[in-house]
Amino acid sequence: MLKFDRVSKVYRVGSFGGDELTAVRDADFEVRPGEVVSLIGESGSGKSTLGKMALRIASVSRGAITCDGTDISTLRGNRRLKEYYRRVQGVFQDPFSSYNPIFKADRVFAVIRSEYHRGVSDAEWREKVRSALDVVRLDPAQVLGKYPHQLSGGQLQRLLIARALLLDIDYLVADEVISMLDASTRIDVLNLLADLKARGMGILFITHDLALGNYISDQTVILHKGSIVERGGTEKVFGDPLHPYTRKLLASVPQFHKKWEEVEAELRARELADTGSRDYHLSTAQEVPGDLVEASEDHFVQPFVPGVRA
Amino acid sequence: MSLKVSDLRVYYRTLRGDVRALDGPAFTLADGEIMGLAGESGSGKSTLGKSLIRLDGRMKYVGGAVELDGDEVPVWDDRKMNDFRYKRISLIPQYAMSAMNPTRKIGRMTAELLESRGVRFREVREELNRRIELVGLDVDVLDRYPIELSGGMKQRVVMVLSTLLNPSLLIADEVTSALDVSTQRAVAETLVEFRDRRFVKSMIVVTHDISLVYQIADSIMVMYAGRLAEKAPARTIIEAPRHPYTKMLISALPEVGVKYAEKRLTGIPGSPPGLLDPPKGCRFRARCPLASEECEEQPPFVEVERDHYVACWKAE
Ligand SMILES: Nc1ncnc2c1ncn2[C@@H]1O[C@H](COP(=O)(O)OP(=O)(O)OP(=O)(O)O)[C@@H](O)[C@H]1O
Ligand SMILES: Nc1ncnc2c1ncn2[C@@H]1O[C@H](COP(=O)(O)OP(=O)(O)OP(=O)(O)O)[C@@H](O)[C@H]1O
Ligand code: SF4
Ligand SMILES: [Mg+2]
Ligand SMILES: [Mg+2]
Repeated sequence: MLKFDRVSKVYRVGSFGGDELTAVRDADFEVRPGEVVSLIGESGSGKSTLGKMALRIASVSRGAITCDGTDISTLRGNRRLKEYYRRVQGVFQDPFSSYNPIFKADRVFAVIRSEYHRGVSDAEWREKVRSALDVVRLDPAQVLGKYPHQLSGGQLQRLLIARALLLDIDYLVADEVISMLDASTRIDVLNLLADLKARGMGILFITHDLALGNYISDQTVILHKGSIVERGGTEKVFGDPLHPYTRKLLASVPQFHKKWEEVEAELRARELADTGSRDYHLSTAQEVPGDLVEASEDHFVQPFVPGVRA
Repeated sequence: MSLKVSDLRVYYRTLRGDVRALDGPAFTLADGEIMGLAGESGSGKSTLGKSLIRLDGRMKYVGGAVELDGDEVPVWDDRKMNDFRYKRISLIPQYAMSAMNPTRKIGRMTAELLESRGVRFREVREELNRRIELVGLDVDVLDRYPIELSGGMKQRVVMVLSTLLNPSLLIADEVTSALDVSTQRAVAETLVEFRDRRFVKSMIVVTHDISLVYQIADSIMVMYAGRLAEKAPARTIIEAPRHPYTKMLISALPEVGVKYAEKRLTGIPGSPPGLLDPPKGCRFRARCPLASEECEEQPPFVEVERDHYVACWKAE
């Protein structure tokens, strides 16, 4: 189990690192084997920071991340780190920055081979790469031997997913991996993630696409300004959103049969009807700092002061 | 009509031959039109955007013409394009946000960008401030570093900068793809506002989020393997697409509420052809359930009803 135990991250910013920016505050949740956890939140809310901490690219400022009970910040030495990365890998948001522009893109595979698959024969390795590419629907002839600038955004991103597949990992941090893919390839990649999950992989799935998050995930975590405002079983969070921020997000999901204005009008109508029966008012509610409360089984929400209607 | 692209062909030169990434699209954009541009990853969307701005060293103009507000756009002539670039046609590249120089304050970066285009920063400063406020930012963003801004804030800064000189055409390449839904919506609505205020006349909004672009676009154009598959009013593309690729693409979009465990959606089996040596005829043929002998011939991109263009033999 990959567990985030009241994890915070403080960055030093400003010219001399004199200011502090709390990117994540007391995040507490876990990714279990065979489970997909969607991490949803606006830009700058700390999603990538959480992913980076799990991959030890960023350090944890307070709290701890544990993998099957071991605090990952205590992993020292190449051997133990390598063992960790054999189990936990990430695919990142902006594929261009994951490549060194002076090397061919498929060097990312060669690195995996020399690190983890030394004993594999050339023929066997080629076959492994071919089948990983096949899974992400890339034609080897079109992508192998090319430089990053010769490939499209989506092609680069799929190469990174294929790279993660070459390792038999237990946990995957997938940070916006599908945002640069077309709809049909997105579905393929999602179905692939679902297959990996069925084989026992735990996936932290960072996404802006709520429909896709809902499609694939067991658990949903809503992050707002570094704090978790709501989390729980995906049906609970999507089906009965409690926190005003979650409701606002759901109202912004673009739909085909309704334009945004209509959805907003409906939301307002519902809110009006809710008045009295519920304490939550979407537009004017305020957040209060503090821990989450359990609203029902497997459904947690940060308490907030119900808004006063103007 | 503000933009007219006729049979534009731009290939990438490689050691193994030409990659035919843009193979003859022909379409027009009306004055005030916001067009969503969707299609398979690698189908040439970014190449189309880049071609209208600057052909880099590896891109080769092969043929075709572009017209903007009645003037010929000399895409093959890098120097002459200076009159158009940024001033009349502006591009927000894919990943523009992460390409921002982290060591420069936004204001300094803006000044450098403008000076490099021969525009005095001081002369546009007032308008810049006005627009920064218009998009809901504080003018002091100019004193901040990119890392201090959220993705949505950065994207709004980029939008203001790219349209400061009121270009006729704005090409926005995946400007919303890394943002959360409510920020996406704010950014998308800003695009509409820019059009309504005539900061830009027409727009090409490249995106994989068809349901998002549907909210703001007048029309949607779909590309496949370097060519156009379909262009129609946004509603028609969603509700009555005629090209088999568009149909499959639209049906691969999940609506909120669909769960993998209950209903496994499917993508389109197979993969698009290589563009180094693409097969003759319709490029969707190998994956198309309707393919037949006549598809060995390339179908023309024709108007099947008013404002609805399709390249498919079976689409009449
Ligand atoms: N290396 C860094 N130094 C200082 N601040 C940082 C650093 N990395 C991120 N931040 C800040 O931490 C906050 C959270 O950033 P993070 O990248 O985790 O957000 P995110 O939710 O992934 O956003 P997006 O959706 O835009 O990718 C932001 O305010 C960001 O500016
Ligand atoms: N410099 C280059 N040399 C050779 N081929 C290239 C080069 N740049 C792009 N290509 C190829 O041209 C095709 C079109 O690329 P383009 O970036 O326009 O796709 P796209 O539709 O924008 O895709 P995405 O949705 O993934 O961003 C791709 O198959 C790509 O591999
Ligand atoms: S022309 Fe033929 S192969 Fe191409 S999309 Fe139409 S039916 Fe399918
Ligand atoms: Mg991020
Ligand atoms: Mg692109």
